[in-house]
Amino acid sequence: MAEAILEVRDLVKHYPLTKGILFRKQIGAVKAVDGVDLDLAAGETLGIVGESGCGKSTLARMLVHLERPTAGAIRYKGEDITRLSGKALKAVRRNIQMVFQDPYTSLNPRMTVGDIVGEPFEIHPEAAPKGSRRSRVQELLDVVGLNPEYVNRYPHQFSGGQRQRIGIARGLALQPEIIVADEPVSALDVSVQAQVVNLLDALQSEFSLSYVFIAHDLSIVRHISDRVGVMYLGRVVEIGKDAEIYDHPTHPYTQALLSAVPVPDPEAREHRERIILTGDVPSPTDIPSGCRFRTRCWKAQERCAQEVPLLAVPAHLTVVPGPVQHPSACHFAEERHVVPGGEEGPTGGAGARGGKAAEDPGTGDGPEGGTGGGGGAAPG
Amino acid sequence: MSTTPERPSAPGPLLDVRDLHVEFHTRDGVAKAVNGVDYTVSAGETLAVLGESGSGKSVTAQAVMGILDTPPGRIAGGEILFKGRDLLTLGEDERRRIRGAEMAMIFQDALSSLNPVLTVGDQLGEMFTVHQGLSRKDARARAVELMDRVRIPAARERVGQYPHQFSGGMRQRIMIAMALSLEPDLIIADEPTTALDVTVQAQVMDLLAELQRELDMGLILITHDLGVVADVADKIAVMYAGRIVETAPVHDIYKAPAHPYTRGLLESIPRLDQKGRELYAIKGLPPNLLAIPPGCAFNPRCPMAQEVCRRDVPPLYTVDEDRRSACHFWEETLHG
Ligand SMILES: Nc1ncnc2c1ncn2[C@@H]1O[C@H](COP(=O)(O)OP(=O)(O)OP(=O)(O)O)[C@@H](O)[C@H]1O
Ligand SMILES: Nc1ncnc2c1ncn2[C@@H]1O[C@H](COP(=O)(O)OP(=O)(O)OP(=O)(O)O)[C@@H](O)[C@H]1O
Ligand code: SF4
Ligand code: SF4
Ligand SMILES: [Mg+2]
Ligand SMILES: [Mg+2]
Repeated sequence: MAEAILEVRDLVKHYPLTKGILFRKQIGAVKAVDGVDLDLAAGETLGIVGESGCGKSTLARMLVHLERPTAGAIRYKGEDITRLSGKALKAVRRNIQMVFQDPYTSLNPRMTVGDIVGEPFEIHPEAAPKGSRRSRVQELLDVVGLNPEYVNRYPHQFSGGQRQRIGIARGLALQPEIIVADEPVSALDVSVQAQVVNLLDALQSEFSLSYVFIAHDLSIVRHISDRVGVMYLGRVVEIGKDAEIYDHPTHPYTQALLSAVPVPDPEAREHRERIILTGDVPSPTDIPSGCRFRTRCWKAQERCAQEVPLLAVPAHLTVVPGPVQHPSACHFAEERHVVPGGEEGPTGGAGARGGKAAEDPGTGDGPEGGTGGGGGAAPG
Repeated sequence: MSTTPERPSAPGPLLDVRDLHVEFHTRDGVAKAVNGVDYTVSAGETLAVLGESGSGKSVTAQAVMGILDTPPGRIAGGEILFKGRDLLTLGEDERRRIRGAEMAMIFQDALSSLNPVLTVGDQLGEMFTVHQGLSRKDARARAVELMDRVRIPAARERVGQYPHQFSGGMRQRIMIAMALSLEPDLIIADEPTTALDVTVQAQVMDLLAELQRELDMGLILITHDLGVVADVADKIAVMYAGRIVETAPVHDIYKAPAHPYTRGLLESIPRLDQKGRELYAIKGLPPNLLAIPPGCAFNPRCPMAQEVCRRDVPPLYTVDEDRRSACHFWEETLHG
């Protein structure tokens, strides 16, 4: 892999849970991000997927320094930015910008488009001298495919897709090297979504940007990402190149997630094998011991409750070279093909089609719900 | 299962919407939200309604349910035949009785459609006390049964809890329970899983499909998700600018769309099983409902538009027995 422009090490964000008004007593913590390791190479797109509440947005906010981590390091070109302050921090922040999810609420309705896109110049006046700002803003609008004449319009005069372009133009204003995009197309229609995704693609090659692209739509993430990290309850459970994750997943959670994605092909209906997970995600205030996925995992065993599986290439998979060899935080990691139409890999997912999870989503609900459904049927 | 005496014994569709028009009177003028919609649903059948934001999917559903905001909304024409009777000729009392007992709706956002200050048990039970005159105690027992049926674990213990104490997926299941409580013949689900994660979405859709089979209900599923549609629908109606532009059995439409807008939609979705090139994107903007373009409403964005498209509104052409397309060039589209 090319040189990492961003390295995240053991990153943690815990929000204290307090009780009482006068004497606030900490009674616990929301473990929103709970030990994340990531590398982002220059010019690459790293996709982050995972269920609602798994900590994606919290991670994003820490990367762009909107929020301070409880512990851990974020190294930008080797320098830990979590320890910077003042001028040095300001200089680094310029290079890491964010694009937000909701084009309807993230733009101030009382500001003109020109003011919104030019706002970063107020904080970083050195990026564009006062006299040149208006033309710079118009240039940015042009880059994202909006009519430069629109500078004096207000957000409500634009459609959702156009508003997302305004957000992207603002993200580009300071010519950053890294853009962290938190669900940038989730609120958009399929056809508009395609326009914005193509725009992000084009901008990446034009300005050699690196992206951290967060989304819950796994198809979009595959389309845009070089590598993909799968998060569950505050941690990355599996990470690898897009084909490693989509065509050769080895973590049960990734397999369940991928198998649940509806495929836009009615012919696939009959041949699909879906893994329906039992129960809900446990609360991030009360994380299960050992493997945090074990309350919903159909493969869970005694060892899973005792030992935390680390994010590394599983030892028993290091003998088979090829795409199964990628980091997966599971004691019993094993390849299984779940995406219909995805090519069969060289290792063929040896017998991994057994052990379908229990279909009844009612049992084992919540964190106390035992060790999931299907009785840990080890595939034959 | 059901004891409803007036189940349709005649073949005919359960619901037959004919040339429905709905408009909104706004300060800026009259917004023509629905401009001649035709669709039918039979018992046991799933119709998926697709189309971009603002194309009139929800407004059509609200007109069928009889919950349209009037004013500013107004039904400007058409018929809504339900079991052979035109709902638009019935009084509000009769419609209220039909709503809930014979047709029910599931909304996108379960948290805001459930009452936050009433327990889940009270809200489920209310269906039985109001519609069937059950006692509070009996209604509560029925509520527990329903929660069991949509697989809320420990239903007996949780029946007294409030909506915010349930997860998003469970709340959506409770909404389904409420819609199903009186075993209606028709369910309209307006983006029932849009707010949910894929794993939870799969649970909810499976449940809905299973209960539909069990009760032989007609289901109208409104969604943006072409994956969900491919998974559950029997037939599809695609809407654009308040009209149905194509309707077809699900297999046909994915194989070969007969309308350029449908084709654009299908081509713009990224795929899970392959790394894409550039995504196809329908160019341009959605139409302004205050000033719908003359001729075919899609013409400013259509790659196949010709002179005739800017002049003549395309009728709903018959492609084959169970397939229609509102495009002058449907044959070229189908074979192109
Ligand atoms: N400021 C805060 N105080 C307390 N808890 C918080 C705060 N921000 C987030 N959380 C909690 O941290 C967890 C992770 O939230 P986060 O928003 O990062 O999830 P997410 O993966 O982005 O979810 P989604 O897909 O729904 O956007 C959640 O349980 C959330 O409730
Ligand atoms: N109460 C109302 N007053 C004025 N206009 C309305 C009202 N309700 C709906 N409309 C308009 O009617 C049109 C159709 O709306 P509808 O909600 O049916 O769209 P939709 O296809 O369901 O879109 P979405 O996918 O975003 O839910 C929209 O342009 C909308 O602005
Ligand atoms: S098998 Fe064990 S370690 Fe692996 S995901 Fe399941 S519970 Fe976790
Ligand atoms: S009628 Fe003309 S403009 Fe309309 S969809 Fe067909 S080809 Fe395109
Ligand atoms: Mg988020
Ligand atoms: Mg709608």
